[in-house]
Amino acid sequence: MSGTSTIGEAAIQAGCKYYFGYPITPQNALPEYMAQRLSEVPGGVFLQAESEIAAINMLLGASVAGARAMTSSSSPGISLKQEGISYMAGQELPAVIVNVMRGGPGLGTIYPAQSDYFQSTRGGGHGDYRTVVLAPDSVQELADMTALAFDLADNYRTPVIVLADGVLAQMMEPVRIPSRKRKKLPAKNYILTGAKGRPSRIIHSFTMDPKEQEDHNWKLVRKYKQIEQREVRYESFLLEDAEMVVVAYGTAARIAKGAIKRLRKENLKVGMIRPITLWPFPTKIIQETVKYIHDFFVFEMSAGQMIEDVRLSLEGKGRIHFYGRPGGVIPAPVELYRIISRHYYQSKRKKGR
Amino acid sequence: MKKINSRPASLKEAPFHYCPGCGHSIVHRLVAEVIDEMKLREKSICSLGVGCAVVAYKYFDVDTVEAPHGRAAAVATGIKRVRPENIVFTYQGDGDLAAIGTAETLHAANRGELITVIFINNAVYGMTGGQMAPTSLVGQKTTTSPAGRNPLKEGYPLKFSEVLALLGGSSYLERVAVNNPANIRKAKKAIAKAFQHQKKKSGFSVVEILSPCPTNWRMSSVESCRWIDEVMTKVYPLGVIKEKKC
Repeated sequence: MSGTSTIGEAAIQAGCKYYFGYPITPQNALPEYMAQRLSEVPGGVFLQAESEIAAINMLLGASVAGARAMTSSSSPGISLKQEGISYMAGQELPAVIVNVMRGGPGLGTIYPAQSDYFQSTRGGGHGDYRTVVLAPDSVQELADMTALAFDLADNYRTPVIVLADGVLAQMMEPVRIPSRKRKKLPAKNYILTGAKGRPSRIIHSFTMDPKEQEDHNWKLVRKYKQIEQREVRYESFLLEDAEMVVVAYGTAARIAKGAIKRLRKENLKVGMIRPITLWPFPTKIIQETVKYIHDFFVFEMSAGQMIEDVRLSLEGKGRIHFYGRPGGVIPAPVELYRIISRHYYQSKRKKGR
Repeated sequence: MKKINSRPASLKEAPFHYCPGCGHSIVHRLVAEVIDEMKLREKSICSLGVGCAVVAYKYFDVDTVEAPHGRAAAVATGIKRVRPENIVFTYQGDGDLAAIGTAETLHAANRGELITVIFINNAVYGMTGGQMAPTSLVGQKTTTSPAGRNPLKEGYPLKFSEVLALLGGSSYLERVAVNNPANIRKAKKAIAKAFQHQKKKSGFSVVEILSPCPTNWRMSSVESCRWIDEVMTKVYPLGVIKEKKC
């Protein structure tokens, strides 16, 4: 199955019956899939909105009405959605937003990139908030992460971003769509259904009272702390004997894995930490790893964004190497292999001195 | 003693924060009365625009969500698509609806979303301090058109209800005013009719309400009500703009 169809099908299997979107490359195959598939789902709604802004606000409406709903877009469109994402964070509404990243800034390019790391992990819109960011690296993970995104969103009443790119979206791989069975989630006792047999409910983020706003901000922070404690996900790869560790996510991690396999054949001891949640960032494993591995090699399809989180996690320890290809260029594993091996031998030489 | 009038059940016991002479409190009451009389309180969901009435959730005793500025119709679309059995209405000002929310409102109308828009037209941005609105009249002095709105530089008053009436999806549009008792009664009837159109799934419905804003018009309440009659209605004539059979 293709990446886009997989996200769509996984969403539907997770109980998402409502999709709102707007055409933008390279995610178009996803709304097209939803248009077809949701017409077969009883009560399913596919709505092509007049803009990204309208789409995210329709998602807000569907969420406030208690439904599992989704929107998707690519980088410039995600910028437009930030207003709505900020509101949903403030109003504590669950939502799943898929970003099939492309090169930027501006209209940029339609080719795959990882240039929206900052935007995704730092909140993106205005105000003191975070969004959970899931970064799959295969079609199977697209399925798993899409299903997980809905659970996390409902569990914590917060928007969740699935961060993919044009490679993952168009990639064809065998996949098993997760079945509907989920863990028990909190009852939605806040949704608007009409005030029948109960007091009327209000969903808002606005208040005239700064103290009330501060209390709300601290409440959000407590929730984010909980997410940081419970929801960190990462994959570690060949760390046991490694002398250098690559940190990469998503498509970049796939490329890095290819490079590492080649490096290993030549006995270069390189391993990898692959953050699966970009926020919350897997800080602990990096702090554990730097106790016995000095060299961290950050590889991103950007000019260097995640590197800041790696640096923050290292707290001045170890040494960071970086290679980035922004703008929609996809480096081949052999290119990365050459760069990593150069850094690897240079580090070895320094240590030897 | 016989009780002949009381607070509508759909209105909470909270004092309004609106300025003296403001039309919002009248319209709030009218909407609440209609909801009560049509027995819609337990079915209604309100999507609130941003403006002076952004905190109308303190007053309406129905389920309420605050939409981002201009997006109330898009939020209402999401709600109605999930809960078609509910009555979904927005409550928006002219800046919210006819400037920043032009696209959301126009396309919701064109899709024939089964929602009702309560559209307060007071020809200024009230909450932010009386700036020029898309609906400000030619020559009208505001804080951002201190010499009066000059159409050559600032465009003309936007008759947005007339624009919406051109669209296939809109079902009922009426312009009313709340500047005298007779007009207030007509406004209430129009609100009821708009909800009726939604109930009968006829299409998108709008009640545009010319509403006094003495504070930002720099007028007394009496002058404001007179200004609606003598000036505002000449640009925004009252009456049914469109009504599909339903």
